[in-house]
Formats: sequence, structure tokens, C-alpha cells
Amino acid sequence: MVDPKDKTPENRVSPPSRQYPETAAQLRADPPTTGHSWDGIEEFDNPMPRWWVWIFILTIIWAVGYWIAMPAWPGIQSATSGVLGYSSRANVATEISEFEARNEEFFVQLVSTDLDEIRENDELHRFAVNAGDSVFRAQCSQCHGTGGAGVQASGFPNLLDDDWLWGGTMDDIVTTVTWGIRNEDYPDARYSVMPAFGQDGLLDETEIDQVVNHVLSLSGADHDSDLAAAGEEVYLNNCASCHMDDGSGDYFIGAPALNNQVWLYGGTPEAIRHSVYYSRFGVMPGFETRLREAEIRAVAAYVHQLGGGQ
Amino acid sequence: MGILDHHKKIETHATLLLVLSFLVVTIGGIVQIVPLFYLDNTIEKVEGMRPYSPLEIAGREIYVREGCYVCHSQMIRPMRDEVERYGHYSLAAESMYDHPFQWGSKRTGPDLARLGGRYSDDWHVQHMIDPRAVVPESIMPSYGYMMDRVLTRADAEHVRDIMRVYRTLGHPYTDEMMENAVSDFFAQVDEFGDPVADRYPGAQQRNFDGQPELTEMDAIIAYMQMLGTLVDFETFVPDPSR
Repeated sequence: MVDPKDKTPENRVSPPSRQYPETAAQLRADPPTTGHSWDGIEEFDNPMPRWWVWIFILTIIWAVGYWIAMPAWPGIQSATSGVLGYSSRANVATEISEFEARNEEFFVQLVSTDLDEIRENDELHRFAVNAGDSVFRAQCSQCHGTGGAGVQASGFPNLLDDDWLWGGTMDDIVTTVTWGIRNEDYPDARYSVMPAFGQDGLLDETEIDQVVNHVLSLSGADHDSDLAAAGEEVYLNNCASCHMDDGSGDYFIGAPALNNQVWLYGGTPEAIRHSVYYSRFGVMPGFETRLREAEIRAVAAYVHQLGGGQ
Repeated sequence: MGILDHHKKIETHATLLLVLSFLVVTIGGIVQIVPLFYLDNTIEKVEGMRPYSPLEIAGREIYVREGCYVCHSQMIRPMRDEVERYGHYSLAAESMYDHPFQWGSKRTGPDLARLGGRYSDDWHVQHMIDPRAVVPESIMPSYGYMMDRVLTRADAEHVRDIMRVYRTLGHPYTDEMMENAVSDFFAQVDEFGDPVADRYPGAQQRNFDGQPELTEMDAIIAYMQMLGTLVDFETFVPDPSR
């Protein structure tokens, strides 16, 4: 046993010769060592596996090829662009135009077909509803709900019923989706403002109580009939010009119908009182720049067939 | 085997190994990082980018504080599915006033790079108070307490300090912007106040959360409503070589 700490010349470990065994059997019998020895434990000096060395060399060759083929080396003005001309931006543009070309036939048909005739063409209508469904999930579902049921009593309208604010014909829906409601991005956005009757002092507290009860009576909800009767005059003087005498509302200015059970902000006396006192100002973005015309028509076709289309 | 024998000198000399390793890493770093500072096409020139307004900075600070970037990315990659869902892919220029950037690395929630203008302020308020009220399938935590956290003059001054730091990082805040930082901070939630958009083009100015006080909710919504809205993509022509 050689003591590695013994540094006297005759006991020093001599470096091994780099003679590798010729055969596998020899290698196993007498593996070469590095000559290092720690407490008698020696270190093998086996060659690296050939397959590993070759892969290592191939990766280096691959890298050189990659530098030539792909954008790689920065220069003074710009980086090398690579002979394959790879560009992630060009790729996404190509991919999008490929899919557009695939849908082109239907998109052209959608834009050129009269809105009310889309549902008479079965194949086109099926395409429009499916395309509209995916547009709806990406763009509309966050407010109107994944299934289009809206968020009750929070001001996000249900699109499944036949109660509409701005009208439920194909034409109305396309206009609403294109320009939105009460937004400043588009001058064509649908717009109307209800006065804040309480906040701005247009009605006093008694009159508001009366008119709230009258509105409750219009929808057939529980109400105080004395107050409601007194509220009729207040209603006719202040509300009927938009909401109509019978509370049927007016699509033209987005005045909701008050004579049914559908309430955008809730049908409790408190919620109605809040609407009368402070008014409401529901908004919707326009999609004119976000979606293509065909997509807007598709999503309109989808919404129209949800149940309430007119 | 000659060259490998020379390599042995490096392997058996710890200091030499350290110095040469450092040298190799340095060269790698220089080749990869330095060109980004001088190449023109690293950050394209685009119209419309401006530094954040004071209230938007406050909103951004809240965004970072709450760790929104852990679940939301702000980076629309040039891929068809992302472009179709979120809008135009993000440009480097759009993050040039983000220190640190908010690209994120995980989308538990959706990407927010082009959130601005997609939803109403009221939607944001309801969504922050109870995300499930508007999106039943959402797993986002509630941040309703932001409605109660009123921002004061001290917060405005803190934002001004942040602007001072940003200025040293090269954000083009003018002296006029610095002088008006505190008043702009409060003016942005007052529709009839001094127009903030004079100094910060495209800044939206209104009462974001519907409450009379200026709260954290105002700040975070002001920030979210401007995300991705500054560059006008109608007129933007992308450099196709990228």
C-alpha cells in the first residue's frame, strides 16, 4: 500500500502510461487509472463513451449550420438574418392569412348577404353561428356570461331572453356590437342619458317614492297602490317620454321596458330607487377595430339565435 | 492528444480555471447582451409611447405589490391563437417604460397586455370585489379592500419619488411633469380637473371606481384601462425582419 502523503521520491506515485487496453476484456481486467490515489482508492481513467463524444461533436456542427440558417449573430447595424429568412412576425402573418383564406368564401358571403337572409342559408348560418360562438367566448363572455345569460342585477344584460335595450334584430345587434354603447371611442356609439332625478333635484323624495311604486305596479310587482296611483302623474311627466306611457320602453334610445319582470339592475324597490335617484350609465366597447366585419356579423348571428332574436 | 494535454494545465490549476471560465462567460454575455443596447431594431420606433402618468404608476405599483404578474402575463406572443384572442402581438417598445417589465411567465389568468378599453370601469370594480360575480368560472382572489384604501398626498409624493428614480433610468419625464406630479395624481380621477392628457397624451381622466375618494381601486383601474392602448396599430407597420 502506498501512502499518498509520503512524498519521499521512492514512494511517489508515478504517472500512468496512456496505453489503453486493446480489447474490452483487457479493459475490464485492467482498467487504466489516472494515477491518483486517495487512501488507496484509485480513479479510473476510462474514455468517454464514443456515442456521447459524437453527439457532442455533432451539436457543434449543428450550431454552425444553425448560425448560417437562422438569425443569429449581432453585427454593427443589425443581426444576421439567416439564409432561411425566419421571422416570427412573418410566420404569424402567414398563418393568419392561411386561415383567413380558408374562411374567405364564407366571410365574403357573410359580408355580402343581407343580414336578415343569413339565417335562410343553412350552411352560411351554421358557419356564422359557430364562428360567432368563438368570437363570443373570447370577446363577450366576460360581461355577458359564457352562455350569454349576463350577470343578473349587475348591469350586464342577459342575451338569452327577448327583452332588448337597443333592439334585437340582426341590424340592431350588428350596430350595437360595431360601435358599442356610451363609449367615447366612436361617435356612432349608441348614446342616451337618463337624468339623475334625485341627485339633480328634479324630483323630491315623495315623488320618487311615488314613481318607484308606479314602476313596480307596471311590472306587476308588490307595491303600495296609493303611492303608485299618485306616481302615475309623476311618471307620465318625467319618464313616459322615453319609457312610454305603458312602460314598454323604446329601443331607439335604449330605454328599457319597465312593464316586465326583467331587470338589468335588480327589481327590488331599493334598486329601482337607486336608478331613479342616481340614474344608470351602462357602457359597452365597440368592436369596429377589434373584429372584422364578417366576425361582427357572425357574432350577431350567434346572439340572434340564442333565443331572443327579432 | 496534444491539445488535451494542454487542457490538463487548466484543469489542475484552480485559479487559471476560474479566470478562464470567467472570461468565457464574459464573452458569451457580451455577444448576447451588448448588441441589444446599440442595435436599432431592438426597440422599434413607434408612435404614441409615453411614460406612465402618476396615477398609472400608483396602479402599476399595486399591480406589482399584489403579485398580479404571477398569474397574468403582459406579453402577447406572435402566434395565431394569441393574436386572435388578445389582439396585436406586443412590441418591445410597449414595455420600454416598465422597470421591471411585467411580461410574466405564467397565465393562470388571461394575458393583460391589451386589457385597456376591453371592459367598463364598473366591470373592473365588480370583478375586483368579487371576480365570480361577473366570471363564475374565475379562480382569481378578491381585491375588494382596494375600495377602502384611500390614497393621500403622501402617496402622491411617493409616486413623485418613483418618477425621479425613473428619470435617472431614462424615462423622459420633463420638469413640468415633475412639478405637476402631485396635482396630476389627484386630477386624473376628476373629470373636470386640469387635463392630465396635456402632459400624458391619451391618459384617461375620470372617476374610475365611482367613489368620491381617490382609492387604490381608482389607481389599479386607471392602470388597467391604459394597458396596450398607447400604440395606434391602425398606422403601425411592423418591421418584418424580426
